[in-house]
Amino acid sequence: MEIWNKKVYCYGLMNIKKYLKVYSYFNYSSFSIELEYKFNLLIDLLTSILGLIGSIFLLSIFFSNTDEIGGWNFNQALIIQGIYTILNGITNTWFNPNLREIVKYIREGTLDYVLLKPIDSQFWISFKRISPTGLIEILLGFFVLIYCLYLNNIAFTLISFILLTITLICSISILYSLWFLISTTTIWFVKTWNATEVLRSFLYMGRFPIDSFSFSLRIFFSTIIPITFITSIPSEVLLGLSPAWKIILEVLVSMIFLVFSRKFWKFALRFYTSASS
Amino acid sequence: MKNLSIYKFGTLFKTQYANMLEYRAEIALWAISGVIPFFMLNIWTNNGLNESINISNVMLSRYFLSAFFVRQFSVVWVVFTFEEDALLGRVSPYLIQPLHPFIRYFAQHIAEQLTRFPFALLIAIFFFIFNPQSLWIPSLLTIIVSLVSTFFSFLIQFLMQSIIASFCFWTEKASSIEKFLFIPTLFLSGLLAPVSSFPYYVKSWIYLTPFPYLIDLPASILSGNQANIIRGIFIQVLWIILFFSIFKKIWKSGTKKFTAMGL
Repeated sequence: MEIWNKKVYCYGLMNIKKYLKVYSYFNYSSFSIELEYKFNLLIDLLTSILGLIGSIFLLSIFFSNTDEIGGWNFNQALIIQGIYTILNGITNTWFNPNLREIVKYIREGTLDYVLLKPIDSQFWISFKRISPTGLIEILLGFFVLIYCLYLNNIAFTLISFILLTITLICSISILYSLWFLISTTTIWFVKTWNATEVLRSFLYMGRFPIDSFSFSLRIFFSTIIPITFITSIPSEVLLGLSPAWKIILEVLVSMIFLVFSRKFWKFALRFYTSASS
Repeated sequence: MKNLSIYKFGTLFKTQYANMLEYRAEIALWAISGVIPFFMLNIWTNNGLNESINISNVMLSRYFLSAFFVRQFSVVWVVFTFEEDALLGRVSPYLIQPLHPFIRYFAQHIAEQLTRFPFALLIAIFFFIFNPQSLWIPSLLTIIVSLVSTFFSFLIQFLMQSIIASFCFWTEKASSIEKFLFIPTLFLSGLLAPVSSFPYYVKSWIYLTPFPYLIDLPASILSGNQANIIRGIFIQVLWIILFFSIFKKIWKSGTKKFTAMGL
């Protein structure tokens, strides 16, 4: 029994090592592709700054008419912008370039080759590519957050740091699951890239405090497209306004999303019937 | 000669329309992805933000519904199609044909708008079911004028993107330059907030740019909000003439630079 346990343990450890190694190769190859277009990086830097200015401009229009929307004042709402910018950067760096490929894999039937590889197919599909464009946004988002700490006079303690990290990881998991779930439907519908565009436009509303919407939309944004969990709760954690049950709920929701997306991928694969000749 | 080109365009349009109808589910999804103005409306009215800019809830909801419609019929993606065609080498045969390649894309866009129309109408009906008090029927003249203005807005955006698409002759990734156009269009055109609500330091220069004429002007005309209609449409025409001449110049020097790709 002990030997058996040891075997599993070693095998598991080796597995993690293997995946890490494969992942570093993925990164290396994608970076060498992306760095071919150095001019693009400059454009991305400028456009992410422009985008951030645009959304702060929009916020300032709102707040020129009122002191608070949904109970958030301007300085607090800026935190949400920061969190949104970070998460949007993560989406653009990891989720978007990879899940865009799923459509191609399935339309051209090259998913066959992925499935044949001695590596988890979800891992391959989700992490194959990385695009440095979003990295700049992530940095910008952190700058905004640090500035917000100063603006809101937040005493940043170790506990709030840990809680922020946990909630951010949960947000990232939910975001990833949402993207992956929609991309998985490609197996049936082949062309669902537009569905991700719908998701993108809904997620866009994550820039604003969830309390600023009417009751029915708040329900919609907490259940179907859970942007409440994605941007609002981490921001509340940073402000020290979030009760413990919200954080626990977020952890639970993110786990449900992750497990469900995994199960759904396995389920969908049963319906995969290659393409072309 | 004139008749022949109309005939050509008619045929192109018909084939593109048939092509678009095949992808109607996709186009329905595109239509749904344009619902952001409704969410913005929700923020505006739910927090009473419109009180200080003197637009009533009903007028604001009509404005955002019109903005939704104008956006639906002025979405342009020519730079992405052209980039793909250029990289895959499809542009070479197009260049040989006795027809400007962009006429083909133009027909594609018009056909897509026609396919999109029923879906947009359906979304509008849902909107009125939830907001029955904002239902209004614009006069025939208003509809015609706003249609013209929306079409001009589409033309401005189509020409701006075509100019960027022409950069494909020099660079492989012209579509990333398009972001410089997309972001100001998103924030300054009036899609997320009516231009009348903008702070003074922006209002003072924004009318010198093409952006407020893209969504705010046609949407204000259609919804019956305040707008200087004659002046606005006149400026739209000026922008169209300007961008068209720039496009012609860039296209001319671009085709000289052209090196075939693919095959």
